[in-house]
Amino acid sequence: MGAPMTEADLIVLGAGPAGMAAACQAAGAGLSVLVLDEQPRAGGQIYRDVARAAALRGRILGPDYTGGQALVAALDHPLIAHLPGAVAWRVDPDGTVAFSRAGVAGMARGRRLLVATGALERPMPVPGWTLPGVMTAGAAQILLKASGVVAGDAVLAGSGPLLYLVAAQMVRAGTPPRALVETQGTTDLLAAARHLPGALAGWRMLAKGGALLRELAGAGVPRFRGASAIAVEGADHATAITFDCGGTRHRIPCSTVLLHHGVVPNTQVTRSLALAHDWDAAQRAFRPVRDGWGRTSLSTVFVAGDGAGIGGAGVAALSGRLAALAIAHDLGRICAGDRDLAARPLRVRRALDLAARPFLDRAFPPFRGALAPDDATIICRCEEVTAGDIRRHAALGTLGPNQAKAFSRAGMGPCQGRFCAASVAEILAALQGTSPGRIGTHRVRAPLKPVTLAEIAALADDLPGPGPGAS
Amino acid sequence: MKTAFRDLAAGGASADASEGARVPVSFEGRALLLRAGANLAAELLVAGVMPFRHTPVSGAPRGPFCMMGACYDCLVRIGGVTQQACMIEVAEGMEIAMPPAGPADGGTDD
Repeated sequence: MGAPMTEADLIVLGAGPAGMAAACQAAGAGLSVLVLDEQPRAGGQIYRDVARAAALRGRILGPDYTGGQALVAALDHPLIAHLPGAVAWRVDPDGTVAFSRAGVAGMARGRRLLVATGALERPMPVPGWTLPGVMTAGAAQILLKASGVVAGDAVLAGSGPLLYLVAAQMVRAGTPPRALVETQGTTDLLAAARHLPGALAGWRMLAKGGALLRELAGAGVPRFRGASAIAVEGADHATAITFDCGGTRHRIPCSTVLLHHGVVPNTQVTRSLALAHDWDAAQRAFRPVRDGWGRTSLSTVFVAGDGAGIGGAGVAALSGRLAALAIAHDLGRICAGDRDLAARPLRVRRALDLAARPFLDRAFPPFRGALAPDDATIICRCEEVTAGDIRRHAALGTLGPNQAKAFSRAGMGPCQGRFCAASVAEILAALQGTSPGRIGTHRVRAPLKPVTLAEIAALADDLPGPGPGAS
Repeated sequence: MKTAFRDLAAGGASADASEGARVPVSFEGRALLLRAGANLAAELLVAGVMPFRHTPVSGAPRGPFCMMGACYDCLVRIGGVTQQACMIEVAEGMEIAMPPAGPADGGTDD
């Protein structure tokens, strides 16, 4: 027995800005497009639920958010089939995708595949980060966007412009955070200054940042800069955050701690396909190797958006369109001349949007204390493996993340290493005096997300043999 | 300590007509009235439910962390199936329980 197979010219994984823009561009060229997305409504995390929430909470969330409505509206195209609530748990090199919707398995095959699965928060292991009440800053934003729920009594900690945006949105919602605990210092800002982009893009970015900081100052939100030794206190729930700043230990009582020190590409799908990845030293993250169109080391698979390297929503949409142009040319829908003509203005805008990245990457580096956590700090939330456990196994001769996983179970739980793989690579690299790029990262195997045996059995006859990562 | 998550619509600031009427559900036998069709994890947070579960390894308490289906910390059990609360919409009559926990009842996180 088998599930019905859906065929499409292009399968897009993820309905964020990259996936939506790519689907729209590809459909415009006459391609049939199937968009699979985990969430109940299109938008990705950046435009989460924008079609519903823009009217309700647009004032709080701001124009960068409400602007996503146009992309969602464009998904309504006769050549685009958008399947919300679809969790892809296996992707094969021949373009076959196995997925589940509300517990029912389905299969689809695309002549081309676009992986547009976005970013994940960079794991920020600090003492107490597994306590209830500790969340990512992104989680707080998702609560606000999708549910109109705001975290009260909160402290934001870490580094990156997202902290300012989330804090400002909390102020507008009438629930200002208790404090902003920033781990980057003035030396980071000074070092970043030489990367300041010229012309309009740079000024726009600085103006936006300045406006957010004025909002926070106006609301009286205290800012601590150059904080270190961050820890969350609490027995059954977060009760306070503590940190060093300006030579003293600070303690701020709070019931919510929102952590953030950047986002990293979500490479679960591209790694499960065993595609080539490299280490981006500036962004301190692994990313799939791709050409200027987003084509990966497997010529029928493309990647666009933050999953290909962090660039933000604007860059993601432009990269999605570029990938769609290459795919339309691959499948004989447009000639090379038309492809290149259409690509030119997209590339110019993408370069402008990317001009601010080197400054941001340098001004808001990851929190050092979370890249090299104390031995007692849990790094694998699922299996409760500590940094010390990883170091002990390394001392016994563990060389890479896959051995560390086998010995310690770090990365073996339901999240499949999404919130520990980066930490394991950082810890092993530090011990060996090298870069995580030389250490490598976990292999990823199907199922990409936990799935019931019944769901797998329903497709057993249709799956094309062992997957690329299968043993 | 209770969480302090606030529903903006409850204050009348942005009455959310697209989200449904309140329907009865239960969490570990406790009766709750949540908005039908709303995100389950968000609704449980506003209702003051915490923790959502205890870990299978040490029994440590956990609650939602990423809200985007990646971390699996918001796992709950509905109809005998362990699922991510942040990926589910509220439906009338849901009987929600904590998934089976590990050895140390009341274990600590560190």
